[in-house]
Amino acid sequence: MISLKALNLELRNFTLKDINLEVASGDYFFLVGPTGAGKTLLLETIAGLHNLKSGEIWIDGRNVTQLEPEKRNIGMVYQDSALFPHLSVADNIIFGLKVRRLPASDIKKRLDEISVLAGVSHLLDRKPGKLSGGEKQKVAMARALAIKPQLLLLDEPLSALDPETREALQRELKRIQKELNITVVHVTHDFDEAMLLGKHIAVINKGSLEQVGTTEEVFSKPDSEFVARFTMIRNIFSGNIFRQSENLSAFRTGNLELIINTDKVGATHACIRPDDITISPDISSQANTNSFISIIDRIEDRGMTFTCLLMSPWRFAAW
Amino acid sequence: MADIQKTAPTSKRFFHRYIFLAIFTFLGILIALFILIPLAKVVLLSDKASLWQALTDAATIKSIGLTLYAALITTAVGLILGVPLAYILARYDFPWKSIVEGLIDLPIVVPHTAAGIALLFVFGRNYLFGKWFGAIGIQFVDSLAGIIVAMLFVSVPFLINSAKEGFKKVDVRLEKVSRTLGASPWQVFQRITFPLAWRSVAAGSLMMWARGISEFGAVVILAYYPMVTPTLIYQRFESYGLSQAIPVAALLIIVCAFIFIGFRTLLRRRPDDD
Repeated sequence: MISLKALNLELRNFTLKDINLEVASGDYFFLVGPTGAGKTLLLETIAGLHNLKSGEIWIDGRNVTQLEPEKRNIGMVYQDSALFPHLSVADNIIFGLKVRRLPASDIKKRLDEISVLAGVSHLLDRKPGKLSGGEKQKVAMARALAIKPQLLLLDEPLSALDPETREALQRELKRIQKELNITVVHVTHDFDEAMLLGKHIAVINKGSLEQVGTTEEVFSKPDSEFVARFTMIRNIFSGNIFRQSENLSAFRTGNLELIINTDKVGATHACIRPDDITISPDISSQANTNSFISIIDRIEDRGMTFTCLLMSPWRFAAW
Repeated sequence: MADIQKTAPTSKRFFHRYIFLAIFTFLGILIALFILIPLAKVVLLSDKASLWQALTDAATIKSIGLTLYAALITTAVGLILGVPLAYILARYDFPWKSIVEGLIDLPIVVPHTAAGIALLFVFGRNYLFGKWFGAIGIQFVDSLAGIIVAMLFVSVPFLINSAKEGFKKVDVRLEKVSRTLGASPWQVFQRITFPLAWRSVAAGSLMMWARGISEFGAVVILAYYPMVTPTLIYQRFESYGLSQAIPVAALLIIVCAFIFIGFRTLLRRRPDDD
């Protein structure tokens, strides 16, 4: 298990503020947030590449706060793979084994194992400059896994790839993670990727954690307006909640009133996912609560879905 | 359709493209000739007999050997002392960094005779370093050590600046990844950073060596003897006139041309190394 306890860090333009986080062993954990939120900084901090202002980092019951990065045994993969351009694929993969001065026979054995696992056996003699983006990331994975890390840190490893390669590598990542049962912390700005691969997720913004939970929790019950916007909820309204009865409340904003189920009272935000809105030409379905007559203002073709922009009583997006 | 009509006819485009290249090529040839002609003139002015005379003149040969050797030792000292500073300047920000960087460029700006005088006040017999080193038997006035100190002062900025640029081009994340893979800072420098920056370090060393060989002003003030070739050329010119100075100059130019064209060819990036 990895525990981050009240981490604080300042680095030129970036800061991390009071980060508390626990990641269970064998978890596939996602760290999501917009560009400049401090995601990479947090990963590099876990890896030991930055000095903390305060706080502690524990890995599997061991306080590693003062440990040099080379003593932590943490694998790391960057977005652009950061392969050593002057070394062959094989020499990249065994770099961590060579600096550990392992016997040549062990290195050879490990290279074979790991290149089969990562699917890069046919690339071993090539130089990184001659690889495709997807191949580079697989090699970077193999290099990180070769040292048998107790933790794998992935910094947007798939963001620079084309959609097809990205999907293929997402499946690969999931398979490898399951096969090795390794703890993964994966940074991305792509919430869909987190939904697809992750069990738990933390949303980071401006150096602070906004929300931590299972992917479903964060997706369906965003804690803050920022998280809601980040998880792609289009329809966010600010307004007031009034208690109507024991377990029913009304959310009012302008001339719109929604019946909702919540404990909260007073000024707040409410959001409705576009995919939770049903559009029906049938007037009789009006019988349900939260039904409104509306006009479709515009329909946008988004390939897989259509976005309908509704006019009244309030602007909605639905798909 | 209107768009197509607006573009220039092919012949005009051709002209535009080549007039650019023609002007640049013309100006390029001009400056290349400016460098080549005086050097060629010195070599061609000296007839075979006087060149042969220079080749068999023990003082000339000794001075050329000394110059190349002293500049080589200087470059080695520069590598040991300059490369770490270049790395720090490339990687870290610290207060007054730009002042440090400016100071390093200063020897290039200062007249080299002034540099020689400044060095004399530190490495001279009765001054700071002169006294310390004197205690262990190292003399800087009129000695090889003095030549090296003078050459080092005026030439090390070339190595530091070139190496610094080379280190800057090495992605910091390569160093970070190698740390996480288990490499100590020493191993990272030895296995990743230096191998990726070596071309810039080598190019800088070559420049430094070249600058050392050509140094006259600072060397002549600190160490007139043993005589390096620039000093010898000056001494021959002063005592015997042009005719005696030219063959020595010609010989040094020929030797340097061979060495530097050779190294440049070796350092040229081949297309298959990435």
